[in-house]
Amino acid sequence: MSETDKRTPLHDRHVEIGGRMVSFAGWDMPVQYATGIIGEHRIVRTACGVFDISHMGQFEAKGEHAAEWLGSLLTNDALALEVGRGQYTLMLNERGGVIDDMIIYRSAEESFLIVVNASMIDEDFAWMEAHRAEGVSLTDRSDDFAGMAVQGPECSAVFRNAFPGQFLPSRNGIRAAEIDGDGCFFCRTGYTGEDGFEFFCPASSAVKWFDRLIAAGAKPCGLGARDSLRLEMCYPLNGSDLSPDRTPIEAGLGFFCALDTDFIGAEMLRRQKAEGPRLRLAAIEYTQKGAPPRHGYEVQTPDGTRLGELSSGILSPSIGKGIGMAYLPAEYAKPGTPVQVIVRGRPVPAVTVRKPFYRKDG
Amino acid sequence: MSTHIPDDRFYSREHEWVLEEDNGMAVIGITDHAQSELGDVVFVELPELGTGVSAGEPIATVESVKAASEVYTPVSGEVIEVNEELGNTPGAVNADPYGDGWICKIRLSAPNELDALMSPGDYEEFCS
Repeated sequence: MSETDKRTPLHDRHVEIGGRMVSFAGWDMPVQYATGIIGEHRIVRTACGVFDISHMGQFEAKGEHAAEWLGSLLTNDALALEVGRGQYTLMLNERGGVIDDMIIYRSAEESFLIVVNASMIDEDFAWMEAHRAEGVSLTDRSDDFAGMAVQGPECSAVFRNAFPGQFLPSRNGIRAAEIDGDGCFFCRTGYTGEDGFEFFCPASSAVKWFDRLIAAGAKPCGLGARDSLRLEMCYPLNGSDLSPDRTPIEAGLGFFCALDTDFIGAEMLRRQKAEGPRLRLAAIEYTQKGAPPRHGYEVQTPDGTRLGELSSGILSPSIGKGIGMAYLPAEYAKPGTPVQVIVRGRPVPAVTVRKPFYRKDG
Repeated sequence: MSTHIPDDRFYSREHEWVLEEDNGMAVIGITDHAQSELGDVVFVELPELGTGVSAGEPIATVESVKAASEVYTPVSGEVIEVNEELGNTPGAVNADPYGDGWICKIRLSAPNELDALMSPGDYEEFCS
Protein backbone atom coordinates (compact mmCIF):
# COMPACT_ATOMS: atom_id res chain seq x y z
CA MET A 1 0.00 0.00 0.00
CA SER A 2 1.01 3.61 -0.32
CA GLU A 3 1.49 5.72 2.79
CA THR A 4 -1.37 7.98 1.87
CA ASP A 5 -3.94 5.26 1.15
CA LYS A 6 -7.14 5.66 3.10
CA ARG A 7 -8.67 2.90 5.20
CA THR A 8 -12.32 1.95 5.48
CA PRO A 9 -13.89 1.26 8.90
CA LEU A 10 -13.53 -2.46 8.06
CA HIS A 11 -9.80 -2.29 7.33
CA ASP A 12 -8.56 -3.98 10.51
CA ARG A 13 -11.22 -6.67 10.25
CA HIS A 14 -10.07 -7.45 6.67
CA VAL A 15 -6.51 -7.93 7.89
CA GLU A 16 -7.67 -10.10 10.83
CA ILE A 17 -9.63 -12.48 8.60
CA GLY A 18 -6.83 -12.88 6.05
CA GLY A 19 -7.60 -10.18 3.51
CA ARG A 20 -4.74 -9.48 1.11
CA MET A 21 -4.58 -5.71 1.03
CA VAL A 22 -3.76 -3.73 -2.13
CA SER A 23 -3.89 -0.12 -3.18
CA PHE A 24 -7.05 0.72 -5.17
CA ALA A 25 -8.25 4.21 -6.09
CA GLY A 26 -6.38 5.70 -3.13
CA TRP A 27 -7.67 3.10 -0.67
CA ASP A 28 -6.02 0.13 1.03
CA MET A 29 -8.53 -2.59 0.15
CA PRO A 30 -8.73 -6.41 0.20
CA VAL A 31 -8.19 -7.83 -3.30
CA GLN A 32 -9.00 -11.30 -1.95
CA TYR A 33 -9.16 -13.38 1.21
CA ALA A 34 -7.75 -16.88 1.77
CA THR A 35 -10.47 -18.36 -0.50
CA GLY A 36 -8.90 -16.68 -3.55
CA ILE A 37 -10.40 -14.69 -6.39
CA ILE A 38 -11.83 -17.63 -8.33
CA GLY A 39 -13.34 -19.21 -5.22
CA GLU A 40 -14.87 -15.91 -4.16
CA HIS A 41 -16.21 -15.36 -7.67
CA ARG A 42 -17.94 -18.77 -7.55
CA ILE A 43 -19.36 -18.07 -4.09
CA VAL A 44 -21.14 -14.99 -5.47
CA ARG A 45 -22.44 -16.89 -8.53
CA THR A 46 -23.74 -19.81 -6.44
CA ALA A 47 -24.24 -18.67 -2.82
CA CYS A 48 -23.60 -15.28 -1.24
CA GLY A 49 -20.61 -12.99 -0.78
CA VAL A 50 -20.10 -9.70 1.03
CA PHE A 51 -17.84 -6.94 -0.31
CA ASP A 52 -16.65 -3.88 1.58
CA ILE A 53 -17.76 -0.92 -0.55
CA SER A 54 -17.11 1.71 2.11
CA HIS A 55 -14.55 3.31 -0.19
CA MET A 56 -17.33 4.40 -2.53
CA GLY A 57 -18.75 7.89 -2.10
CA GLN A 58 -22.20 8.85 -0.84
CA PHE A 59 -23.71 12.26 -1.41
CA GLU A 60 -27.08 13.52 -0.28
CA ALA A 61 -28.98 16.01 -2.41
CA LYS A 62 -32.02 17.63 -0.86
CA GLY A 63 -34.48 20.33 -1.75
CA GLU A 64 -37.70 21.07 -3.53
CA HIS A 65 -35.91 21.19 -6.90
CA ALA A 66 -33.39 18.41 -6.26
CA ALA A 67 -34.93 16.14 -8.93
CA GLU A 68 -34.89 18.86 -11.62
CA TRP A 69 -31.32 19.72 -10.70
CA LEU A 70 -30.13 16.10 -10.91
CA GLY A 71 -32.00 15.79 -14.19
CA SER A 72 -30.03 18.72 -15.59
CA LEU A 73 -26.72 17.17 -14.53
CA LEU A 74 -27.17 13.43 -15.14
CA THR A 75 -28.05 11.41 -18.24
CA ASN A 76 -30.98 9.39 -16.89
CA ASP A 77 -34.39 10.88 -16.17
CA ALA A 78 -34.16 11.81 -12.47
CA LEU A 79 -37.63 13.41 -12.61
CA ALA A 80 -39.15 10.06 -13.53
CA LEU A 81 -37.58 8.39 -10.51
CA GLU A 82 -40.21 7.50 -7.93
CA VAL A 83 -39.67 7.64 -4.20
CA GLY A 84 -38.02 4.41 -3.04
CA ARG A 85 -36.44 3.69 -6.44
CA GLY A 86 -32.89 3.92 -7.80
CA GLN A 87 -31.44 4.39 -11.27
CA TYR A 88 -28.07 3.97 -12.94
CA THR A 89 -26.97 7.23 -14.49
CA LEU A 90 -23.90 9.09 -15.76
CA MET A 91 -22.44 12.54 -15.27
CA LEU A 92 -20.93 14.04 -18.41
CA ASN A 93 -18.74 16.95 -19.41
CA GLU A 94 -19.88 19.41 -22.10
CA ARG A 95 -18.35 17.19 -24.80
CA GLY A 96 -20.54 14.31 -23.70
CA GLY A 97 -17.54 12.48 -22.14
CA VAL A 98 -18.04 10.52 -18.95
CA ILE A 99 -16.96 12.12 -15.68
CA ASP A 100 -18.43 9.31 -13.62
CA ASP A 101 -21.16 6.69 -13.53
CA MET A 102 -23.28 6.33 -10.41
CA ILE A 103 -26.56 5.20 -8.93
CA ILE A 104 -29.01 7.73 -7.55
CA TYR A 105 -31.80 6.67 -5.21
CA ARG A 106 -34.83 8.76 -4.36
CA SER A 107 -35.05 8.07 -0.63
CA ALA A 108 -37.82 10.65 -0.09
CA GLU A 109 -39.76 13.10 -2.27
CA GLU A 110 -37.09 15.80 -1.91
CA SER A 111 -34.10 13.66 -0.92
CA PHE A 112 -31.64 11.66 -3.01
CA LEU A 113 -28.80 9.32 -2.07
CA ILE A 114 -26.06 9.34 -4.70
CA VAL A 115 -23.41 6.60 -4.74
CA VAL A 116 -20.28 7.39 -6.77
CA ASN A 117 -16.94 5.72 -7.52
CA ALA A 118 -14.25 5.88 -4.83
CA SER A 119 -11.67 7.44 -7.12
CA MET A 120 -14.07 10.22 -8.16
CA ILE A 121 -15.52 11.46 -4.86
CA ASP A 122 -13.70 14.79 -4.79
CA GLU A 123 -13.97 15.47 -8.51
CA ASP A 124 -17.67 14.56 -8.64
CA PHE A 125 -18.47 16.67 -5.61
CA ALA A 126 -16.60 19.68 -6.99
CA TRP A 127 -18.39 19.37 -10.35
CA MET A 128 -21.81 19.01 -8.75
CA GLU A 129 -21.17 21.84 -6.31
CA ALA A 130 -20.03 24.08 -9.20
CA HIS A 131 -23.30 23.34 -11.01
CA ARG A 132 -25.52 23.32 -7.96
CA ALA A 133 -28.93 24.93 -8.36
CA GLU A 134 -30.41 27.49 -6.03
CA GLY A 135 -32.35 25.90 -3.18
CA VAL A 136 -30.67 22.48 -3.45
CA SER A 137 -28.31 21.31 -0.73
CA LEU A 138 -25.55 18.84 -1.49
CA THR A 139 -23.64 17.06 1.28
CA ASP A 140 -20.71 14.66 1.00
CA ARG A 141 -21.59 11.86 3.44
CA SER A 142 -18.79 9.53 2.29
CA ASP A 143 -17.00 9.51 5.64
CA ASP A 144 -20.23 9.02 7.61
CA PHE A 145 -21.30 5.86 5.83
CA ALA A 146 -19.81 2.41 5.55
CA GLY A 147 -21.10 0.23 2.74
CA MET A 148 -21.36 -3.51 2.16
CA ALA A 149 -22.51 -5.22 -1.02
CA VAL A 150 -24.17 -8.54 -0.25
CA GLN A 151 -24.44 -10.42 -3.53
CA GLY A 152 -25.49 -13.85 -4.72
CA PRO A 153 -28.54 -16.10 -5.05
CA GLU A 154 -28.63 -16.73 -1.29
CA CYS A 155 -28.66 -13.02 -0.40
CA SER A 156 -32.29 -13.09 0.81
CA ALA A 157 -31.56 -15.86 3.32
CA VAL A 158 -28.50 -13.96 4.54
CA PHE A 159 -30.61 -10.83 4.84
CA ARG A 160 -33.27 -12.58 6.93
CA ASN A 161 -30.61 -14.03 9.25
CA ALA A 162 -28.74 -10.76 9.66
CA PHE A 163 -31.73 -8.42 9.88
CA PRO A 164 -34.66 -10.30 11.42
CA GLY A 165 -37.96 -8.48 11.04
CA GLN A 166 -36.67 -6.24 8.24
CA PHE A 167 -37.54 -6.51 4.56
CA LEU A 168 -35.71 -5.74 1.36
CA PRO A 169 -36.89 -3.33 -1.34
CA SER A 170 -37.59 -4.78 -4.78
CA ARG A 171 -35.01 -4.68 -7.57
CA ASN A 172 -33.33 -1.25 -7.88
CA GLY A 173 -35.25 0.00 -4.85
CA ILE A 174 -34.05 1.71 -1.69
CA ARG A 175 -35.46 1.46 1.81
CA ALA A 176 -34.35 3.48 4.82
CA ALA A 177 -34.45 1.64 8.14
CA GLU A 178 -33.44 2.18 11.71
CA ILE A 179 -31.85 -0.95 13.17
CA ASP A 180 -30.27 -1.08 16.63
CA GLY A 181 -30.41 2.70 16.60
CA ASP A 182 -28.44 2.91 13.33
CA GLY A 183 -29.90 4.86 10.43
CA CYS A 184 -29.29 2.53 7.46
CA PHE A 185 -30.19 2.17 3.81
CA PHE A 186 -30.93 -1.07 2.00
CA CYS A 187 -30.55 -0.80 -1.78
CA ARG A 188 -31.47 -3.70 -4.07
CA THR A 189 -28.58 -3.06 -6.45
CA GLY A 190 -25.13 -4.41 -7.17
CA TYR A 191 -22.25 -4.84 -9.58
CA THR A 192 -22.16 -8.61 -10.04
CA GLY A 193 -25.17 -9.63 -12.15
CA GLU A 194 -26.59 -11.58 -9.21
CA ASP A 195 -29.49 -10.73 -6.96
CA GLY A 196 -28.14 -8.75 -4.04
CA PHE A 197 -28.36 -5.68 -1.92
CA GLU A 198 -26.09 -2.86 -0.91
CA PHE A 199 -26.23 -1.91 2.75
CA PHE A 200 -25.15 1.50 4.02
CA CYS A 201 -24.78 2.09 7.75
CA PRO A 202 -23.01 4.55 10.05
CA ALA A 203 -19.23 4.08 9.78
CA SER A 204 -19.03 3.52 13.53
CA SER A 205 -21.26 0.41 13.27
CA ALA A 206 -19.55 -1.09 10.21
CA VAL A 207 -17.67 -3.89 11.96
CA LYS A 208 -20.76 -5.04 13.87
CA TRP A 209 -22.85 -5.36 10.69
CA PHE A 210 -20.02 -6.90 8.66
CA ASP A 211 -19.55 -9.59 11.32
CA ARG A 212 -23.29 -10.14 11.47
CA LEU A 213 -23.52 -10.59 7.70
CA ILE A 214 -20.70 -13.14 7.81
CA ALA A 215 -22.36 -14.96 10.71
CA ALA A 216 -25.55 -14.95 8.63
CA GLY A 217 -23.80 -16.88 5.87
CA ALA A 218 -22.16 -14.30 3.58
CA LYS A 219 -18.53 -15.06 2.68
CA PRO A 220 -16.11 -12.13 2.52
CA CYS A 221 -15.06 -11.37 -1.07
CA GLY A 222 -12.45 -8.94 -2.36
CA LEU A 223 -12.02 -6.49 -5.20
CA GLY A 224 -10.55 -9.19 -7.45
CA ALA A 225 -13.83 -11.11 -7.59
CA ARG A 226 -15.75 -7.84 -7.80
CA ASP A 227 -13.84 -7.05 -11.00
CA SER A 228 -14.23 -10.48 -12.61
CA LEU A 229 -17.96 -10.59 -11.75
CA ARG A 230 -18.69 -7.16 -13.20
CA LEU A 231 -16.69 -7.80 -16.36
CA GLU A 232 -18.59 -11.02 -17.07
CA MET A 233 -21.71 -8.81 -17.03
CA CYS A 234 -20.03 -6.08 -19.19
CA TYR A 235 -20.62 -3.54 -16.43
CA PRO A 236 -18.14 -0.75 -17.15
CA LEU A 237 -15.45 0.38 -14.71
CA ASN A 238 -14.82 4.11 -14.79
CA GLY A 239 -11.19 4.89 -15.52
CA SER A 240 -10.88 1.70 -17.59
CA ASP A 241 -13.99 1.37 -19.77
CA LEU A 242 -15.30 4.89 -19.29
CA SER A 243 -13.36 8.12 -19.71
CA PRO A 244 -13.87 11.86 -20.28
CA ASP A 245 -13.04 11.22 -23.96
CA ARG A 246 -15.74 8.58 -24.51
CA THR A 247 -19.49 9.08 -24.45
CA PRO A 248 -22.19 6.76 -23.07
CA ILE A 249 -23.36 6.24 -26.67
CA GLU A 250 -19.92 4.88 -27.58
CA ALA A 251 -19.91 2.83 -24.37
CA GLY A 252 -23.25 1.21 -25.29
CA LEU A 253 -25.04 2.90 -22.37
CA GLY A 254 -27.58 4.84 -24.44
CA PHE A 255 -30.36 3.05 -22.54
CA PHE A 256 -29.43 5.16 -19.48
CA CYS A 257 -29.53 8.47 -21.36
CA ALA A 258 -32.88 10.28 -21.56
CA LEU A 259 -32.11 12.05 -24.82
CA ASP A 260 -35.51 13.77 -24.85
CA THR A 261 -34.43 15.71 -21.75
CA ASP A 262 -31.71 18.32 -21.30
CA PHE A 263 -28.57 17.66 -19.32
CA ILE A 264 -24.91 18.60 -19.68
CA GLY A 265 -23.56 16.75 -22.70
CA ALA A 266 -26.99 15.87 -24.14
CA GLU A 267 -26.48 17.85 -27.35
CA MET A 268 -23.37 15.84 -28.21
CA LEU A 269 -25.12 12.55 -27.46
CA ARG A 270 -28.11 13.44 -29.66
CA ARG A 271 -25.79 14.28 -32.54
CA GLN A 272 -23.78 11.10 -32.05
CA LYS A 273 -26.91 8.98 -31.83
CA ALA A 274 -28.22 10.49 -35.07
CA GLU A 275 -24.95 10.14 -36.96
CA GLY A 276 -23.93 6.83 -35.38
CA PRO A 277 -20.84 6.75 -33.18
CA ARG A 278 -17.48 6.19 -34.82
CA LEU A 279 -16.39 3.88 -31.99
CA ARG A 280 -18.28 1.35 -29.92
CA LEU A 281 -17.29 -0.53 -26.78
CA ALA A 282 -17.25 -4.12 -28.00
CA ALA A 283 -17.32 -7.33 -25.99
CA ILE A 284 -14.53 -9.65 -27.13
CA GLU A 285 -14.18 -13.35 -26.34
CA TYR A 286 -11.28 -15.70 -27.09
CA THR A 287 -12.08 -18.51 -29.52
CA GLN A 288 -8.95 -20.43 -28.50
CA LYS A 289 -7.05 -21.03 -25.32
CA GLY A 290 -4.55 -18.29 -24.59
CA ALA A 291 -2.90 -16.19 -21.92
CA PRO A 292 -5.42 -14.01 -20.05
CA PRO A 293 -6.39 -10.81 -21.89
CA ARG A 294 -5.57 -7.66 -19.93
CA HIS A 295 -6.12 -3.91 -19.98
CA GLY A 296 -4.01 -2.30 -22.69
CA TYR A 297 -3.53 -5.34 -24.94
CA GLU A 298 -3.89 -4.48 -28.61
CA VAL A 299 -6.90 -5.69 -30.61
CA GLN A 300 -6.39 -6.28 -34.32
CA THR A 301 -8.20 -7.62 -37.35
CA PRO A 302 -7.18 -11.23 -38.15
CA ASP A 303 -4.76 -9.83 -40.76
CA GLY A 304 -3.02 -7.61 -38.24
CA THR A 305 -4.57 -4.15 -38.64
CA ARG A 306 -4.78 -2.30 -35.34
CA LEU A 307 -8.36 -1.64 -34.18
CA GLY A 308 -7.90 -0.53 -30.59
CA GLU A 309 -6.92 -1.87 -27.21
CA LEU A 310 -8.62 -3.67 -24.36
CA SER A 311 -10.04 -1.37 -21.71
CA SER A 312 -10.63 -4.41 -19.46
CA GLY A 313 -9.73 -8.07 -19.77
CA ILE A 314 -9.68 -11.23 -17.72
CA LEU A 315 -9.87 -14.99 -17.95
CA SER A 316 -13.54 -15.47 -17.07
CA PRO A 317 -13.94 -17.77 -14.05
CA SER A 318 -17.54 -18.63 -15.07
CA ILE A 319 -17.11 -19.40 -18.76
CA GLY A 320 -13.42 -20.33 -18.73
CA LYS A 321 -12.49 -18.13 -21.69
CA GLY A 322 -10.57 -14.93 -22.11
CA ILE A 323 -12.99 -11.98 -22.18
CA GLY A 324 -12.53 -8.25 -22.52
CA MET A 325 -13.91 -5.00 -23.81
CA ALA A 326 -12.41 -2.54 -26.29
CA TYR A 327 -13.48 0.57 -28.17
CA LEU A 328 -13.40 -0.55 -31.80
CA PRO A 329 -14.44 1.21 -35.01
CA ALA A 330 -18.23 0.70 -35.09
CA GLU A 331 -18.13 -1.59 -38.13
CA TYR A 332 -15.88 -4.04 -36.23
CA ALA A 333 -17.87 -3.91 -32.99
CA LYS A 334 -20.78 -5.85 -34.49
CA PRO A 335 -21.13 -9.23 -32.72
CA GLY A 336 -19.58 -12.07 -34.68
CA THR A 337 -16.64 -10.12 -36.09
CA PRO A 338 -13.38 -12.08 -35.92
CA VAL A 339 -10.51 -10.19 -34.28
CA GLN A 340 -7.30 -11.08 -32.46
CA VAL A 341 -5.79 -9.98 -29.17
CA ILE A 342 -2.03 -9.49 -29.03
CA VAL A 343 -0.48 -11.05 -25.94
CA ARG A 344 3.27 -10.47 -25.60
CA GLY A 345 3.62 -10.19 -29.35
CA ARG A 346 1.53 -13.24 -30.17
CA PRO A 347 -2.03 -13.14 -31.56
CA VAL A 348 -4.84 -15.02 -29.83
CA PRO A 349 -7.92 -15.50 -32.06
CA ALA A 350 -11.09 -13.92 -30.68
CA VAL A 351 -14.52 -12.74 -31.77
CA THR A 352 -16.83 -9.89 -30.84
CA VAL A 353 -19.92 -11.16 -29.01
CA ARG A 354 -23.24 -9.93 -27.72
CA LYS A 355 -23.19 -8.47 -24.18
CA PRO A 356 -23.07 -9.73 -21.48
CA PHE A 357 -20.53 -12.58 -21.52
CA TYR A 358 -22.26 -14.41 -18.70
CA ARG A 359 -25.91 -15.38 -18.56
CA LYS A 360 -27.52 -17.33 -15.79
CA ASP A 361 -28.59 -20.79 -17.02
CA GLY A 362 -26.27 -20.42 -20.01
CA MET B 1 0.71 -19.06 7.57
CA SER B 2 4.18 -20.51 7.14
CA THR B 3 5.51 -21.35 3.72
CA HIS B 4 6.56 -24.86 2.77
CA ILE B 5 10.26 -25.27 1.81
CA PRO B 6 11.40 -28.81 0.87
CA ASP B 7 14.97 -29.57 1.91
CA ASP B 8 16.02 -31.39 -1.27
CA ARG B 9 16.52 -28.44 -3.62
CA PHE B 10 18.01 -25.00 -4.28
CA TYR B 11 16.22 -21.65 -4.26
CA SER B 12 16.59 -18.31 -6.06
CA ARG B 13 15.94 -14.77 -4.88
CA GLU B 14 13.10 -14.56 -7.42
CA HIS B 15 11.39 -17.47 -5.63
CA GLU B 16 12.11 -20.27 -8.08
CA TRP B 17 13.28 -23.70 -6.99
CA VAL B 18 15.78 -25.98 -8.75
CA LEU B 19 15.78 -29.72 -8.13
CA GLU B 20 18.98 -31.32 -9.39
CA GLU B 21 18.66 -34.78 -10.88
CA ASP B 22 21.66 -37.07 -11.05
CA ASN B 23 21.92 -37.06 -14.87
CA GLY B 24 22.94 -33.42 -15.33
CA MET B 25 19.33 -32.32 -15.47
CA ALA B 26 17.43 -29.98 -13.19
CA VAL B 27 13.72 -29.36 -12.72
CA ILE B 28 12.51 -25.79 -12.20
CA GLY B 29 9.39 -24.43 -10.59
CA ILE B 30 8.14 -21.62 -8.40
CA THR B 31 8.02 -21.81 -4.61
CA ASP B 32 5.09 -22.10 -2.26
CA HIS B 33 5.76 -18.52 -1.22
CA ALA B 34 5.63 -17.36 -4.86
CA GLN B 35 2.37 -19.16 -5.68
CA SER B 36 0.79 -17.84 -2.51
CA GLU B 37 1.76 -14.26 -3.40
CA LEU B 38 0.39 -14.68 -6.94
CA GLY B 39 -2.98 -16.12 -5.99
CA ASP B 40 -5.00 -18.40 -8.27
CA VAL B 41 -2.85 -19.30 -11.27
CA VAL B 42 -4.98 -19.41 -14.42
CA PHE B 43 -2.37 -19.71 -17.17
CA VAL B 44 1.26 -20.73 -17.58
CA GLU B 45 3.19 -19.83 -20.69
CA LEU B 46 5.87 -22.48 -21.00
CA PRO B 47 9.27 -22.16 -22.68
CA GLU B 48 9.80 -23.86 -26.02
CA LEU B 49 11.50 -27.22 -26.10
CA GLY B 50 15.12 -27.04 -27.17
CA THR B 51 15.56 -23.39 -26.23
CA GLY B 52 18.96 -22.43 -24.85
CA VAL B 53 18.55 -20.34 -21.72
CA SER B 54 20.95 -18.41 -19.50
CA ALA B 55 20.65 -17.99 -15.76
CA GLY B 56 18.58 -14.97 -14.84
CA GLU B 57 16.61 -14.79 -18.07
CA PRO B 58 12.78 -14.96 -18.12
CA ILE B 59 11.70 -18.32 -19.56
CA ALA B 60 8.05 -18.63 -18.60
CA THR B 61 5.12 -16.51 -17.51
CA VAL B 62 2.80 -17.51 -14.70
CA GLU B 63 -0.47 -15.60 -14.75
CA SER B 64 -2.93 -15.21 -11.93
CA VAL B 65 -6.35 -13.60 -12.23
CA LYS B 66 -4.87 -10.18 -11.55
CA ALA B 67 -1.27 -10.25 -12.79
CA ALA B 68 1.30 -11.80 -15.08
CA SER B 69 4.59 -12.75 -13.44
CA GLU B 70 7.81 -13.87 -15.13
CA VAL B 71 9.69 -16.99 -14.15
CA TYR B 72 13.46 -16.48 -14.32
CA THR B 73 15.60 -19.55 -14.79
CA PRO B 74 18.20 -19.73 -12.03
CA VAL B 75 20.39 -21.99 -14.20
CA SER B 76 21.69 -22.05 -17.77
CA GLY B 77 21.22 -24.86 -20.25
CA GLU B 78 18.75 -26.31 -22.71
CA VAL B 79 15.03 -26.79 -22.10
CA ILE B 80 14.47 -30.50 -22.64
CA GLU B 81 11.04 -31.00 -21.13
CA VAL B 82 8.12 -28.76 -20.25
CA ASN B 83 5.11 -29.52 -18.05
CA GLU B 84 2.42 -29.69 -20.73
CA GLU B 85 -0.12 -30.71 -18.07
CA LEU B 86 -0.21 -27.10 -16.88
CA GLY B 87 -2.11 -26.27 -20.06
CA ASN B 88 -5.13 -28.04 -18.59
CA THR B 89 -4.39 -27.66 -14.90
CA PRO B 90 -2.56 -24.37 -14.28
CA GLY B 91 -3.91 -24.54 -10.71
CA ALA B 92 -1.34 -27.29 -10.00
CA VAL B 93 1.15 -24.45 -9.50
CA ASN B 94 -0.95 -23.44 -6.46
CA ALA B 95 -1.93 -26.90 -5.27
CA ASP B 96 1.45 -28.60 -5.61
CA PRO B 97 4.18 -26.06 -6.47
CA TYR B 98 7.04 -28.48 -5.76
CA GLY B 99 5.46 -31.49 -7.50
CA ASP B 100 2.78 -31.42 -10.21
CA GLY B 101 3.29 -27.67 -10.57
CA TRP B 102 6.82 -27.97 -11.98
CA ILE B 103 7.53 -25.75 -15.00
CA CYS B 104 10.34 -27.30 -17.04
CA LYS B 105 13.42 -29.48 -17.04
CA ILE B 106 16.78 -28.12 -18.12
CA ARG B 107 19.99 -29.88 -19.20
CA LEU B 108 22.54 -27.92 -17.18
CA SER B 109 25.37 -26.32 -19.14
CA ALA B 110 27.00 -24.80 -16.05
CA PRO B 111 26.22 -26.98 -13.02
CA ASN B 112 28.40 -24.78 -10.81
CA GLU B 113 25.66 -22.12 -11.02
CA LEU B 114 23.83 -24.17 -8.42
CA ASP B 115 26.45 -23.10 -5.88
CA ALA B 116 25.25 -19.51 -6.17
CA LEU B 117 21.69 -20.44 -5.18
CA MET B 118 20.23 -20.53 -1.70
CA SER B 119 19.94 -23.57 0.52
CA PRO B 120 16.52 -24.34 2.04
CA GLY B 121 17.70 -22.77 5.30
CA ASP B 122 18.95 -19.62 3.59
CA TYR B 123 15.74 -19.35 1.59
CA GLU B 124 13.60 -19.69 4.70
CA GLU B 125 15.51 -16.80 6.22
CA PHE B 126 15.22 -14.85 2.94
CA CYS B 127 11.43 -15.22 3.06
CA SER B 128 11.04 -14.23 6.69
